[in-house]
Amino acid sequence: MNSHLHLWLIPVLPFVGFLINGMLGRRLPKAVVSAVALGFPLASFLVVVRAAFIFLSLKPQPIPWLITYAPWINAGPLHVDFSLALDQLSLVMLLIITGVGFLIHIYSVGYMAHEDGYWRYFSYLNLFLFFMTVLVLAENYLLMFVGWEGVGLASYLLIGFYFDKRSAADAGRKAFVVNRIGDFGFLLGMFLLLSQFGSLSFFQIGSGLAANPTLQGGILTAISLCLLVGACGKSAQIPLYIWLPDAMEGPTPVSALIHAATMVTAGVYMIARTHTIFDRSPFTLAVVAIIGAATAFFAATVALVQTDIKRVLAYSTISQLGYMFLGCGVAAYSAAIFHLMTHAFFKALLFLAAGSVIHGLGGEQDLRKMGGLRKHLPVTFWTMTAGVVAIAGIWPLAGFFSKDAILYEAFQHGALGKSLYFVGLVTALLTSFYMFRLWYLTFMGESRAADHSHHPHESPWSMLTPLVILAALSVCGGWIGIERFGSFLAPVVGPVLDPANLPGGKSLDLGLSVVAVAIALIGWYIARLFYGAKNDRPAKLAASVPGVYTLLSHKYWIDELYTNTIVKPLTLASRYILGWIGEGLLVRGSAWLLAGIATLLGELVRRWQSGNLRSYSGWLAAGAAALLLFTVVGVVLGIGGVDIRMVWAGH
Amino acid sequence: MDLHTVPTSWYLILSALLFSLGVIGFLIKRSLITVFMSIELMLNAVNLSFVTFAHEWHAVKGQIFVFFVMMVAAAEAAVGLAIIIAIFRARATLNVDQIDLMKL
Amino acid sequence: MHLVLFLIFAGFCLAGAVNLLLQTHPINSALSLIVVMSSLAVLYLLLGAEFLAIAQIIVYAGAVMVLFTFVVMLLNVGEEEHTHGSYAAKIIGFPAIFTVFAVVTTVVLEAQRRLGGVKLSDGITTTQELSKVLFRDMLLPFELTSVLVLIAILGAVALARKEGHS
Repeated sequence: MNSHLHLWLIPVLPFVGFLINGMLGRRLPKAVVSAVALGFPLASFLVVVRAAFIFLSLKPQPIPWLITYAPWINAGPLHVDFSLALDQLSLVMLLIITGVGFLIHIYSVGYMAHEDGYWRYFSYLNLFLFFMTVLVLAENYLLMFVGWEGVGLASYLLIGFYFDKRSAADAGRKAFVVNRIGDFGFLLGMFLLLSQFGSLSFFQIGSGLAANPTLQGGILTAISLCLLVGACGKSAQIPLYIWLPDAMEGPTPVSALIHAATMVTAGVYMIARTHTIFDRSPFTLAVVAIIGAATAFFAATVALVQTDIKRVLAYSTISQLGYMFLGCGVAAYSAAIFHLMTHAFFKALLFLAAGSVIHGLGGEQDLRKMGGLRKHLPVTFWTMTAGVVAIAGIWPLAGFFSKDAILYEAFQHGALGKSLYFVGLVTALLTSFYMFRLWYLTFMGESRAADHSHHPHESPWSMLTPLVILAALSVCGGWIGIERFGSFLAPVVGPVLDPANLPGGKSLDLGLSVVAVAIALIGWYIARLFYGAKNDRPAKLAASVPGVYTLLSHKYWIDELYTNTIVKPLTLASRYILGWIGEGLLVRGSAWLLAGIATLLGELVRRWQSGNLRSYSGWLAAGAAALLLFTVVGVVLGIGGVDIRMVWAGH
Repeated sequence: MDLHTVPTSWYLILSALLFSLGVIGFLIKRSLITVFMSIELMLNAVNLSFVTFAHEWHAVKGQIFVFFVMMVAAAEAAVGLAIIIAIFRARATLNVDQIDLMKL
Repeated sequence: MHLVLFLIFAGFCLAGAVNLLLQTHPINSALSLIVVMSSLAVLYLLLGAEFLAIAQIIVYAGAVMVLFTFVVMLLNVGEEEHTHGSYAAKIIGFPAIFTVFAVVTTVVLEAQRRLGGVKLSDGITTTQELSKVLFRDMLLPFELTSVLVLIAILGAVALARKEGHS
């Protein structure tokens, strides 16, 4: 019954695309490369859609569909299989990944049309799709970890796509290393899970937990904290967010797909998957919420003063991911996933539109040199506006519904929740402000471009079509509403709170929504004050608080802090230990020692071969004496010798 | 003391003594010819030992062996002296300390 | 009688051997060695080996030592020069040979009561007895020895002739 879903096709199809483009792409004509690169993800998306139809038509389906393809590891008590499972959560994620992924593939055909390494880009992109779908479809932590690492790898490859640019190569490496730190936490979590439950399968762990209802805190806190480290690494939360702004060195569609819509959401997905463990550890949940809110606020403050259009969006991504973590931290998992979905829509839209702007300006990314693009890039302008309004959380676009759901659930989550609600509210204000700042600086007013002769041109339709589709999704993506979305996901992540049953009732819910929208509109207004028409208010504000401004524009000097406290000592220590002690002492020392011993022995033995007759005769006599002693005395002492009594006997 | 009997062991000790003197000569003499003579001395000492035991056990074979030793020693002396002559022609010296290269 | 003879000729042996060591000119050493050979011949005779005694005189003292003397004369070897000794020879060789002598002597003395004595009246091994064993039981080694002597002659001639002659 389940096998006719052909779940295995969902990851394998993009993998085949990766293989074809990777191995043959260099020699294939560009049209074939594009066809392969688009065809396989589209096929994967269609399989997902078909699976979705089948899945939905068979409601109610509380038991997720589990298909075990083959045993993988069978080592003593450890059994891990290649198992894929489809439930509501993974279905939502798959639709986002394959759907938005496919749109970004279409966009990339236009954006990367003039690049060398066109085939390489698409093979990496398909590889990424493969790993991401494996991550989401996996039924056990180990297979998920394969996908987890794999998306890290694909991210490294794609960030460093312009590998001859030093900054891009460094950024790729930084992303991989920081991800690795998170992966270490993930691994520790897996080890703890194994020791506690004896299995890495979600279902076995789930039933293990259900069978033990009193198990709280303790080991579960340890497990969830370790997994949280992994999630922070992948989803760019404090303290492991530093790789994401640098990851903007990659091509813009990569930023859209990987660093906005899909890979960075893997951490949120993992927490939602593991929510049964997190629920049993209130401490970890509080930590998650605090980290989420703090990151959201922190990133928003940095985004206020960024001048590169992609950097603003990168910090915005970090900030929105913080919202999702906040949602998870207050146990509002469906709200977090809802925000994940809407964020995928409008953030991908924003990145792609930014790419369109950059493409139209011939590579310019500095906000200070943009302006007045409204008339030159109309489609880009309108789609980006949809995105900006959505992320600001203004009703009735998508961002409002999801962000409001999170803030409401936070408010209802006790004292900590209420304080985090206010942090989230301030962050929403900042979000609205910096997004509209970006909007004004890019599209409104007069052009500040250095070279006025270069007219910006609108992008080709291959790039504009995904923008339009995503804009439409950003507008209506939230209309499903948290109640329906939450009840859809409820079998997996638990029920969503019903305002009618909580203190304050529906009126509180409505009131908070109004406050949220009002805050967003205030943010817009302030942005219009500062950037709407050409004035010097921004400069005066910056001059009046120079310390704060410097702090923000240098991103709180966090990168420098890490470099000096962690990277440099580590490099120095490893250079000392590996270089001097390891290679110098051990390797070269032992080689020298061996050679030295051989030489020394050789020197000693060489003296024997003097050619001097008398010396030889002396040694001869010594040898003869030794033999004689051995023969005679040996018998006497009983340790050797020849039995010479026989000699006496017969004659 | 029986004037008509000499203990066999005396012959054997004489043989050992001659042998040791031969070895000492082999070690301390500096002329190649003299070294060779010490070797002959050693051989003779062993011959004495053989004859003594042949007498002790009434084994003629002991004397036969001495006969053969003598033959071989004679052949060896001939060849050895020929070699010494060749060395002298090549090196113009018969000092053992100066003939220490492994080839002529 | 036997004892006296033994002592005299054993003394000659030892004196000759020691003199061989003490002399610096090889010719003197060679002459001392002739003395040793001859004394040994007498000792063989005392032990009842008449043929060997004569063979010792003829072969060793008469042929081999004469050969040595001729070579010494041919090469005009002078007195030995003083060169540096060898540490190995002195430090290792001397204790070694002393050890060998000590061990052998100890064994012999320990076995002294089991060994008999040598008397003049013990009888002589006749040449007839010797040849019986030699040409019957030991015929093959005998023939081989003669081949060996032949080879030695050829080798000596080949080694000792001057270069350039065919």
